[in-house]
Amino acid sequence: MPGMSGRFSTVIKAKINRMLDKAEDPAETLEYSYQKQMELLQNVKKGIADVVTSKKRLQLQQQKLEQQVVKLDTQARQALAQNREDLARVALERKQFAQTELQGLDSQVQELESQQQQLVDKEAKLRSKIDQFRTKKEVIKAQYSAAEASVRISEAASGVGEEMADVGMAMQRAVDKTENMRARANAMDELEASGAFDDQLSLTAGQDDIDRQLHELSSASAVDDDLARLRAELGQGPAPQQALGSGDPAQTPAPAPAPPTPSEERPA
Amino acid sequence: MIVRIATEGQYDFPDDDADRLNELDNDVVAAVEAGDEEAFLTAFASLLELVRSDGKPVADDVLEESDVIIPPPDLTFAEAGHQFTGDGLIPD
Repeated sequence: MPGMSGRFSTVIKAKINRMLDKAEDPAETLEYSYQKQMELLQNVKKGIADVVTSKKRLQLQQQKLEQQVVKLDTQARQALAQNREDLARVALERKQFAQTELQGLDSQVQELESQQQQLVDKEAKLRSKIDQFRTKKEVIKAQYSAAEASVRISEAASGVGEEMADVGMAMQRAVDKTENMRARANAMDELEASGAFDDQLSLTAGQDDIDRQLHELSSASAVDDDLARLRAELGQGPAPQQALGSGDPAQTPAPAPAPPTPSEERPA
Repeated sequence: MIVRIATEGQYDFPDDDADRLNELDNDVVAAVEAGDEEAFLTAFASLLELVRSDGKPVADDVLEESDVIIPPPDLTFAEAGHQFTGDGLIPD
């Protein structure tokens, strides 16, 4: 390419050309070439179906996490009603973790959604190019000498070939990304099954101690907020802000543990 | 000339702009070789932007090979480095 000495843009082109060169000479076996194109079109359809399947799996995972959030919230409520703040806190910590995961899943599902749409568009484009190839090869066969026809059809086939290589690359990238998401979702399933959710940080590997502590701090305050909210809903204790601010034990109305002596004045 | 942005599509790109394209391409390579991720992201974005703004999308029924193929827009820095050392996006 005159004027294009930059390697970056030409690296892929060189590879695609090498790949096309390895394929059978399309001009030799026209019908075979067309058959091959139709086959590859089927592969694209299959690739799209794979993306849809992965998306559905992630959506299932989403639903499970949503249920878990509700369940943990209920458990926290029950624990609090029985004055088990420690248990409530654990439940709410897990809930925070599940909610964080849920947010991650949301964006992953959206990404898959857009990849699916892109693949559908590309499939339509490839289909129209293959149609064009079919028409063109008939015209070329009718109008040109055998040698000339061979060159022209070869050119057209390369054009289609490049499009296919490109759809193939788009599909491969979508599948790779999907695989990563799937692996993560599977890992979560397994962790959940093995009860490893107890260690809420086990999924965020690679964090150092400071990250960990910061995470604990921020999730602790979210948990405090949640605790205050539940208390308020259960009619326990004071307004949420107060419960949050003071580290005082909850003022429970019913069988509050009485102070050791019913004396009225306490040392200041 | 025809420029393809991989996984996106082909553009009919004015020959007059080839030098600019070439410059940006060299910037991208330089950034990758220097291990400068930020410079890579900036240069690569400019490269894509140039093709999209100055090029006209090629019709779906055109069967032409591209003169230049640019890697996919979602290319990561790690993948870019891999282009020059390993098999890259398309294994040999």
